[in-house]
Amino acid sequence: MPAFFFHAVAAFLLLAIITIAATPLAAAQDAGASDPFYEQAKTLVDASLKDRRGIVEQLAASDDPRLIPLLRHLLEGDLYYSKEDGELLVVDGDTDAVTSWLTDEAVEIGKSDRKKITTNNQLRGLLRDLIARLQLTNDDATVRYNAVRQLLGEEDDDTTETIRELIASEDDRETRELMQVVLDFERLSKEEQVEDDLFQRLSRRLEPEVKNKLTAYAESASPAMASNAADALEKIDARVRFYGHIETIFFGLSLGSVLVLAAIGLAITFGVMGVINMAHGELIMLGAYTTWVIQQWMPSNVGAALLLSIPAAFLVAGFVGVLIERLVIRYLYGRPLETLLATFGISLILQQAVRTIFSPLNRSVVSPSWMSGTLEINSVLALTNNRLVIIGFCLAVFALLSLVMQRTRLGLEVRAVSQNRPMARAMGIRSERVDMLTFGLGSGVAGIAGVALSQLTNVGPNLGQGYIIDSFMVVVFGGVGNLWGTLVSGFTLGIANKFLEPWSGSVLAKILILVFIILFIQKRPRGLFPQKGRAVEA
Amino acid sequence: MKLTNTLSRSLIAGSLLLGAQQVMAQDTIKVGVLHSLSGTMAISETTLKDTMLMLVEQQNAKGGLLGKQLEAVVVDPASDWPLFAEKARELIENEGVAATFGCWTSVSRKSVLPVFEELNGLLFYPVQYEGEESSKNVFYTGAAPNQQAIPAVDYLMNDLEVERWVLAGTDYVYPRTTNKILEAYLLAKGVAAEDIMINYTPFGHSDWQSIVSDIKTFGSAGKKTAVVSTINGDANVPFYKELGNQGISAEDIPVVAFSVGEEELSGIDTGPLVGHLAAWNYFMSVESEENDAFIADWKAFIGDDARVTNDPMEAHVIGFNMWVKAVEAAGTTDVDPVIDAMIGIEVPNMTGGTAKMLPNHHLTKPVLIGEIQDDGQFEVVWSTDAEVPGDAWSDFLPGSKDVVSDWTGELTGGTPCGNYNTVTGTCSGQNYE
Amino acid sequence: MTSLLRGDRGGWILFALVILLMVYIPIGNLALSADHPLYVSTYTVTLLGKYLCFALLALSLDLVWGYLGILSLGHGAFFALGGYAMGMYLMRQIGDRGVYGNPELPDFMVFLNWDALPWYWYGFDQFWFAMLMVVLVPGVLAFVFGALAFRSRVTGVYLSIMTQALTYALMLAFFRNEMGFGGNNGLTDFKDILGFDIQADSTRIGLFLASGFALLAGYLACRSIVTSRLGRVAVAVRDGEDRVRFLGYSVTKVKLAIFTFSAVLAGIAGALYVPQVGIINPGEFTPVKSIELVVWVALGGRATLYGAVLGAVTVNYLKTEFTGLMPEAWLFALGALFVLVTLFFPRGLAGFRLPWKSAK
Repeated sequence: MPAFFFHAVAAFLLLAIITIAATPLAAAQDAGASDPFYEQAKTLVDASLKDRRGIVEQLAASDDPRLIPLLRHLLEGDLYYSKEDGELLVVDGDTDAVTSWLTDEAVEIGKSDRKKITTNNQLRGLLRDLIARLQLTNDDATVRYNAVRQLLGEEDDDTTETIRELIASEDDRETRELMQVVLDFERLSKEEQVEDDLFQRLSRRLEPEVKNKLTAYAESASPAMASNAADALEKIDARVRFYGHIETIFFGLSLGSVLVLAAIGLAITFGVMGVINMAHGELIMLGAYTTWVIQQWMPSNVGAALLLSIPAAFLVAGFVGVLIERLVIRYLYGRPLETLLATFGISLILQQAVRTIFSPLNRSVVSPSWMSGTLEINSVLALTNNRLVIIGFCLAVFALLSLVMQRTRLGLEVRAVSQNRPMARAMGIRSERVDMLTFGLGSGVAGIAGVALSQLTNVGPNLGQGYIIDSFMVVVFGGVGNLWGTLVSGFTLGIANKFLEPWSGSVLAKILILVFIILFIQKRPRGLFPQKGRAVEA
Repeated sequence: MKLTNTLSRSLIAGSLLLGAQQVMAQDTIKVGVLHSLSGTMAISETTLKDTMLMLVEQQNAKGGLLGKQLEAVVVDPASDWPLFAEKARELIENEGVAATFGCWTSVSRKSVLPVFEELNGLLFYPVQYEGEESSKNVFYTGAAPNQQAIPAVDYLMNDLEVERWVLAGTDYVYPRTTNKILEAYLLAKGVAAEDIMINYTPFGHSDWQSIVSDIKTFGSAGKKTAVVSTINGDANVPFYKELGNQGISAEDIPVVAFSVGEEELSGIDTGPLVGHLAAWNYFMSVESEENDAFIADWKAFIGDDARVTNDPMEAHVIGFNMWVKAVEAAGTTDVDPVIDAMIGIEVPNMTGGTAKMLPNHHLTKPVLIGEIQDDGQFEVVWSTDAEVPGDAWSDFLPGSKDVVSDWTGELTGGTPCGNYNTVTGTCSGQNYE
Repeated sequence: MTSLLRGDRGGWILFALVILLMVYIPIGNLALSADHPLYVSTYTVTLLGKYLCFALLALSLDLVWGYLGILSLGHGAFFALGGYAMGMYLMRQIGDRGVYGNPELPDFMVFLNWDALPWYWYGFDQFWFAMLMVVLVPGVLAFVFGALAFRSRVTGVYLSIMTQALTYALMLAFFRNEMGFGGNNGLTDFKDILGFDIQADSTRIGLFLASGFALLAGYLACRSIVTSRLGRVAVAVRDGEDRVRFLGYSVTKVKLAIFTFSAVLAGIAGALYVPQVGIINPGEFTPVKSIELVVWVALGGRATLYGAVLGAVTVNYLKTEFTGLMPEAWLFALGALFVLVTLFFPRGLAGFRLPWKSAK
């Protein structure tokens, strides 16, 4: 029966290929009837989610070349059917172009006339395994590696057998080593005695499946073997802990970079100019909304929209900042505590304005592909791309800002005015203009921070509220009027928070950090890097 | 001093005016809408205010109620809990509303509860909540834990064969209670204590790196793992973003959420979330006549074709329709007859079934589990066969397993009671005669 | 009393108004029938009672900000702590009338499976003990915080940010359910106070009168500090801290004394506030509330005690009205008010006519 079946499939397949090649149009009508693979695939349409698993398993037994693409389409949710005649369709996720699965030709069909062949988590898990099994012989070494990785821990006898056949001819070292793990697993399951070498080999692996296998093994094996397994486990654990620490540092750096980004604009408006800008958070929010608006303009080009948002957010937030300075703050210089009140009022107005214009709902900002996914160092340490990008972005913004403050005419004037206003004026600096530009600069940088935050958190009217207190803490802890202080303090607080968190939980970690800052300020009232000179008492 | 004087004088006059505003006879029936329009909760509650305005408008188009027009009285409690109590009193005492539709958070409901009981008002509360409450003056049109959390866990356990559980929530009463119930439930089902991980985070938590990494580690122990999320509001977006970024897909570790609906998803890029789950009593994607009409009405009312509907909106629709029916049955908007008339009332829900008001002031509801799709909608993958009756007092908490609620008095020894202990035969915690 | 109010016209007017209210409101609420034109509804009583508590709170802030130059962005914390102490007493008074009928534990502890009452809840079933805590907890916290901060001469903006960190940390702590203060829901569903039904109109009037007395007493106390030698040194500290120090005064002690007293006053305001609104929860600790409080004082006029009262009542009255009249837009109005007052009335409403009255 099976032999006949395979022959029949092969024959039909041949026939199908020939007919398709010869008369593509006719194929759509004729070949469907004489193409069991296609017939079987079509049964997916009416099947329940549970039955679809069975159908997919049967399909996978075939060696039809269309199998992998079919499973792929199903997995990625690109496989549709026409409501009218039940023909299978493929819809391109990006362009929404519809093609017939059988003939690969474009099909004109309305959205309401087609329906997706839905999958659920179990089905998708099955599809992934099946695809991986079929990809063990792929030409690309990375694909093969990933296939073995996917199957690790879920291998059955057939797969192990396939891998045993493939391992000799595998020329990629890493894939070969991973295949060896699969074979070692089999020996652990089936043999009473295994040599030390095997444990040595496994103790160098970091995959969690290895750990699970050894743990399970240690519980059931003979004492001698169990202690070998335990030794191997201990070695693995030591390395996992080591990478755990590295991961924590990375998490800390990434939290720190968010804090620095959020605070650095404030380091200018508050630190350098002495304005207690309670609307700082709302300027960040404006930056985030700018990102969203620009993405609405160019929805098909997410990455470019994000890059374009950086200058745009700087301009929008900077412009609003200049407006605030011109209309309100310039009347309040020398009365820092009153700037607090006025800017608090402004923050209320900006929040409600956003609520009125954009609705109180959060807005969805899409991440470009180069910001999603991870940089996988090994099985236990993977650095997320978006965090890496943001750390880099934070350092770049900082470097640029330092450059502006240290190397440009504007920076020089800003520093001069902040250190001694009358003297600066006497030297011919137009302090009013400098004030305006400084505040605009600080606000613009806050807007840039908003672009970064839009990639991590909600873009909504409450966005700013969540960061305002943290920003003040960072600036005060670092030392007012000192950009370096803000950088060091942001990263310090970020890393400290992340080291405390596993031990104390996230809420207590935050409380402890706050208490620490309060006590630290008692010891060093002017922060980590106090400003020196006459400006101190001003 | 002149301004001071004038100001204080006008203040006094103003407050006297407030007192004198007592509404006596009126030509309209007033309906209170008590949802935050500013502050942190505005994001969720504004939609419900609009829903109420739409319902009132529709009812008026149908000719009103008892021959009178309805008038919605909207106030803004500004996500400020004591202000909720003040506004509730304003609505009942000064505006003389016949019923109030409002509140979202548990704390806002707890804040207004004494006011509604003191003044004998009528509150419809539309949000899924932790249970452990049944007031004479409140009708709970959202889900109780047994109408959301427990069926969802059953689904994960039976259909997805989940053996290891992460209960992650925001640190407030709803997640705390729900997780207590779920923990007891899982232990009773034979799940080992070390296979349950419980984690709480503050409101608006935004840095999920460590926790997601912990979940990943917890889930790599070789057993199928799922996350049951009672994470609230704004904290969800960074949570899901981090899940996606750390490469946790729904096939590896599915997350089933109780507070993430269509509206929340409209603020998230759902691409990386496909396959994660939510348990609700309503999904916008459910196809039924009532639902199609409701969605069309809503889009027309709000003037935005992209707006979505969600579960608490359905709860308001059901609550409002029930109230209208009860008022018509009682022939008056007086609170006591309406409360009596409410029990047993049935109205169609939006998913093709029927919602019935039970004697414990909770509803019967179907439980649906949906997978997130990339268009921000849910695809129903499982649902209960019939509607599940809401249980005010959980059977899985030691403190409340003996407590029942019955406002007809049948189960409570003849006297209507919301918190009746069947073992001691006492009714406690009543603030009214 | 008369000597304390000498030359304080605003104070006299305030006294007259508050006493007038304290006479009229009880009659209007209890003696008149509901359809009488002069009837005062219970809604108005609780509203006014709330304003009085806020006025007392504003007074306490004005004392440290207006007269000592310390801008506390964390005064809400002292208010909330006083409120929690009162809330704990009210919780204990519920006894076995909670929904679970447990005589030992408050409801929120029952359903979160607490076995026993935590030690820090002991004693709160006694009114005198709770009242002691209303005063002690904010007082001691202010004393310790102040002792640390003032000795190491943390001043100005730094001090403000530190007080903000303090209230923020307390907010996070009280949000934690493990703390045993009811987490986000806080303490609510109170039944009675000192044996009186908390929902009865007469109890509400009693609380209203107590708030009135507390405000007047607080006003006199602040006034007596301000007009005393201590008060004059305080103003000197505000205007030139180093000079006062060089003159041989202990600036730390002056600051500490007034700051602690102010915290106690805020705590009392909180204790009176809680039974009238019926709930205390960590929301009172949010930094925004404390900033709002600063705005009341600034709006009313800092360094004039009656100005603080005026500001508190005005802003809250506007909030009450606007949240009903224009729910969608009231934040615009409130925000604009803050900006305009800061720009055009730097000395607040109370200082409106002062510029051309005083020679300065």
